Amino acid sequence: MLDLLLRRLLVGIPTLLVIITVAFFMIRLAPGGPFDKERAVTPEVERNLLKAYDLDQPLLTQYGRYLTGVLQGDFGPSYKYHDFTVGELLRAGFPASVKLGSLALLLAIVIGVSLGAMGALYQNTGRDYAVMTLAMTGITIPTFVMAPLLTLIFGIYLAWLPVAGWGEGGWRHLLLPVVALALPQIAYIARLTRGSMIEVLNANYIRTARAKGLAERIVIGRHALKGALLPVVSYLGPTTANLVTGSVVIETIFGIPGIGRYFVQSALNRDYTMVMGTVVVYAVLILLLNLLVDLLYNLLDPKVQQR
Amino acid sequence: MPPLLAVQGLGIRFATPDGEVVAADQVDLTLAAGESLGIVGESGSGKTQLVLAMLGLLAKNGRATGSVRFQGEEILNLPAAALNRVRGVKIAMIFQDPMTSLNPYLKIRRQMTEVLVAHRGLDEPAARARCIALLEQVGIPDAARRIELYPHEFSGGMRQRVMIAIALLCQPDLLIADEPTTALDVTVQAQILDLLARLRAELGMALLLITHDLGVIAGACERVAVMYGGRIVEEAPIDALFAAPAHPYSRGLLGSMPRLDLAQPGELAAIPGQPPNLQALPAGCVYRPRCTFAFERCRSERPDLRAMLPDRRKACHLEHLP
Ligand SMILES: Nc1ncnc2c1ncn2[C@@H]1O[C@H](COP(=O)(O)OP(=O)(O)O)[C@@H](O)[C@H]1O
Ligand SMILES: [Mg+2]
Repeated sequence: MLDLLLRRLLVGIPTLLVIITVAFFMIRLAPGGPFDKERAVTPEVERNLLKAYDLDQPLLTQYGRYLTGVLQGDFGPSYKYHDFTVGELLRAGFPASVKLGSLALLLAIVIGVSLGAMGALYQNTGRDYAVMTLAMTGITIPTFVMAPLLTLIFGIYLAWLPVAGWGEGGWRHLLLPVVALALPQIAYIARLTRGSMIEVLNANYIRTARAKGLAERIVIGRHALKGALLPVVSYLGPTTANLVTGSVVIETIFGIPGIGRYFVQSALNRDYTMVMGTVVVYAVLILLLNLLVDLLYNLLDPKVQQR
Repeated sequence: MPPLLAVQGLGIRFATPDGEVVAADQVDLTLAAGESLGIVGESGSGKTQLVLAMLGLLAKNGRATGSVRFQGEEILNLPAAALNRVRGVKIAMIFQDPMTSLNPYLKIRRQMTEVLVAHRGLDEPAARARCIALLEQVGIPDAARRIELYPHEFSGGMRQRVMIAIALLCQPDLLIADEPTTALDVTVQAQILDLLARLRAELGMALLLITHDLGVIAGACERVAVMYGGRIVEEAPIDALFAAPAHPYSRGLLGSMPRLDLAQPGELAAIPGQPPNLQALPAGCVYRPRCTFAFERCRSERPDLRAMLPDRRKACHLEHLP
């Protein structure tokens, strides 16, 4: 177990390095620069600006300096929010993003697994068809369509919930963005759970459990669920990645002050350091969550434990 | 006194996209307490479905009709809650494939103790102690340690021993063993069969042993029922069947079996033809297309299973096998 942890952490470092490098050069390759949208400045002022932010140096030097900074936990100053460092901005946005993301993940797992299990247990009945329809809808309708649609219905027509904003991060503000973010993942997980549950229910060991005269509650809860959940656990890696990318869209649509919104704005503004900062945070997050998923899988599957 | 088990007119049908499959039809069987009966037949002849139906374990698309009485009580098609007072307690079953019949995600301990917790109301420590004792009884050394292992840490033969131990936890009156040795190495097969015979003698339980191999039944059972195409075509004491099979199919089975007890082993003869298509069974006798003695009546009229002697039955229009 510890062995795996160390190995995965070691693999994570070069992965992170590659991500930082690719992102660094890609954003610089994009046309335009951080100060294009500012009011026109004299060439001299512009030179000073570029110098102040090291942008007059050769690209490789900039890259080297950035990397040294990141290694010391310094993401540099934001080119757009001149009074703040990237670190400060990320710290400010982090809580909202984490709250949104983790609630969506929780919702996706709980609702997805419940729906999927129900579909499998009531296979080819009305309930099953309802689950499958919901899943197909959730998968086919993209977040950027679903989110405004939900807002339209619950925020404007029914006026039950606020249309956007964060407030204090209370449930009324959270509900729509969390649901919109979780919906596609609920759909994927429900389909996955349904499929694996149907397969497990046909397994010989489930027949054995029934032949032992165990209550159906134990047959499902103890004997079927664990095996049925394994594919779901291994899908949690991609799920978290999808939630991260989805949160960028959701935070922008609902005006949530998280790092996802910064990511979009700073990419448009060519706020190089800010883009890089969000990329690093997201990459670390996804790598860590994937590691966590692997550990969880190990805990669940006795055959993997052995190795 | 009613017999331990009385199966009457049992039929099993599966609904499939391309028609109905008749896996068993008009099956009659009785078994007295402590008795051992073997059911033999080619693969696909309906043996497994027959016993699954008794315990309410058919696949969702399967329906069973007829009657199965256990200790005088009807148990066929009972709701699961009522069946659970019988299966695992009075009737226990072990399956063909020990590699897939144990839950790979649960320790052996959990898969054993849960039976005693559910049916005997024991707490976990008491149940565990009893399980260890039983594991030792079925020949698993170092049981106190190995009970904490997972199934994949056992060999096939050891897993089948575990399955047997699980089946015996509640001291059942009837043990159903569905091809318990088919998936095992030959040497291990003999050990498992010996174990079953020993345990049956010790515990005085009845045994229903299913196999496609007459040789397995020869050593383990007093009586044998021969199944073909979902029907019982002959039933006899094991010695009588070996001495003089009454149904052409039984004779075919004997002929295709290597015999060590004969001084001059004859040629092994496979039965020509194909097993029947259960989706489109022929009118008349099901075995007729493969039978070398078939005559006109076999084509039109299905032979019933009728008593020839007090302890022998056959379903064949022939008076005597030539
Ligand atoms: N769920 C099912 N749906 C349709 N046919 C089935 C189903 N289960 C079993 N059968 C059919 O029932 C027949 C008898 O099977 P089985 O009792 O398992 O044979 P065996 O004598 O080898 O144990 C087989 O032809 C099999 O294809
Ligand atoms: Mg079988």
